[in-house]
Amino acid sequence: MAHAHESNVKRIWMVFGLLSLVTIVEVGLGIVKPGFLHLTSFLGTSPLNWIFIILTLFKAYYITWTFMHMEGEKKWFRRSVVWTAVFLICYLVTLLLIEGDYLYETLGPLVKW
Amino acid sequence: MEANIAIPSDGKNTWDGGAVRPFGASYGKMMMWFFIVSDALTFSGFLAAYGLTRFKFIDSWPIADEVFTHIPFIHGEFPMYYVAFMTFVLIFSSVTMVLAVDAGHKMQKSKVAWYMFATIIGGLIFVGSQAWEWNTFIKGSYGAVKTTDGKVLQFVKDGHQIALSDFVVGERMDHRESDTKKNGLWFESGEAVSQYSVAQIIASYKADPSIQIRSEQIDLDKKQKIILSREKGLSELTKGKMVLEGANLKANEYGNTIFADFFFFITGFHGFHVLSGIVLNIIIFMNVVLGTYEKRGHYEMVEKVGLYWHFVDLVWVFVFTFFYLV
Repeated sequence: MAHAHESNVKRIWMVFGLLSLVTIVEVGLGIVKPGFLHLTSFLGTSPLNWIFIILTLFKAYYITWTFMHMEGEKKWFRRSVVWTAVFLICYLVTLLLIEGDYLYETLGPLVKW
Repeated sequence: MEANIAIPSDGKNTWDGGAVRPFGASYGKMMMWFFIVSDALTFSGFLAAYGLTRFKFIDSWPIADEVFTHIPFIHGEFPMYYVAFMTFVLIFSSVTMVLAVDAGHKMQKSKVAWYMFATIIGGLIFVGSQAWEWNTFIKGSYGAVKTTDGKVLQFVKDGHQIALSDFVVGERMDHRESDTKKNGLWFESGEAVSQYSVAQIIASYKADPSIQIRSEQIDLDKKQKIILSREKGLSELTKGKMVLEGANLKANEYGNTIFADFFFFITGFHGFHVLSGIVLNIIIFMNVVLGTYEKRGHYEMVEKVGLYWHFVDLVWVFVFTFFYLV
């Protein structure tokens, strides 16, 4: 515990408020599903889905940085964890989603509805 | 030389790496972080596979709002609310966990113990909720018919899904019934017979012109399942092979078989992580109460299980998004 032992209680509750607010917004959007966000398409999926994904990454950032106290770790320790995970996950997800789309285009026309 | 050989050490600090602190972190904490990286990759493997499958069946995937609609003790359809509640419970237990870590830095033993206790309770509520969610999912609420070409047909009236019991009448017509002990058949086992037969459902469908059939196919412009005309519905229904009630790994009333498989696998794997997190928390909680860390002079173990617990919360944030929202 090289970092200072100052109390973070106030900040913890603030982050909790922030995460709750984001979750409420997500749930609200998920229930209402505004047509102009839900039924349109932007970069392969609906803008609503992009909002959900961005808000999720926002929550993930706060959980990792504040709750898991990543902000207090040494710069290269932080990078060895975050960069490794982020790079590998982006790589995997990109390949698999492209492949999923290909499967749909190939097999979709063969399904008789 | 010293850089590449193990240095024998008889000191009792071997377990926590002694004085060696790479990146200014203790070995225990660093290894917890690297374990979390590998576990995060496992979860992202599952979620990416889910994404692939979902893109593969983009025009027929079940719509989450129509699957997860129930709240304990309340009838009716309330999509999202219950999982939102579960998300809150988990985030809140993360907060009490981080408060325990914070109190540990200040060596406040009883505060650490109480916050750990609250975290354990939060975890138990979450696992309990998930068990209820599984139970509801497995039992199902509407029922459907599976056709010989593997499609799942659901029933709607005035645009709303209705249960088989809402419209099926008459006799089974195939004289099948489940083996029961009462009939002296306790020593035999066979497939459970569904409450209604396919023939009975077809007859009831013909008898009630207000019933329509909803196919799995999604109208990609409206993002809603396509409801078939009466005639088309009947021709699909006559291909009926079996009645589906609820979900298992082979078939489910919600649609694609693999949808339920992913549900069981991903939420199950996450739930198992929560369960092991609770066990770890209980062990550390007892150590806190016994004063182990007070004697040791620091509460770093609380910090380490805290990391694991936050990770479980972190994963849930993603599962919540990709299973229930997107």
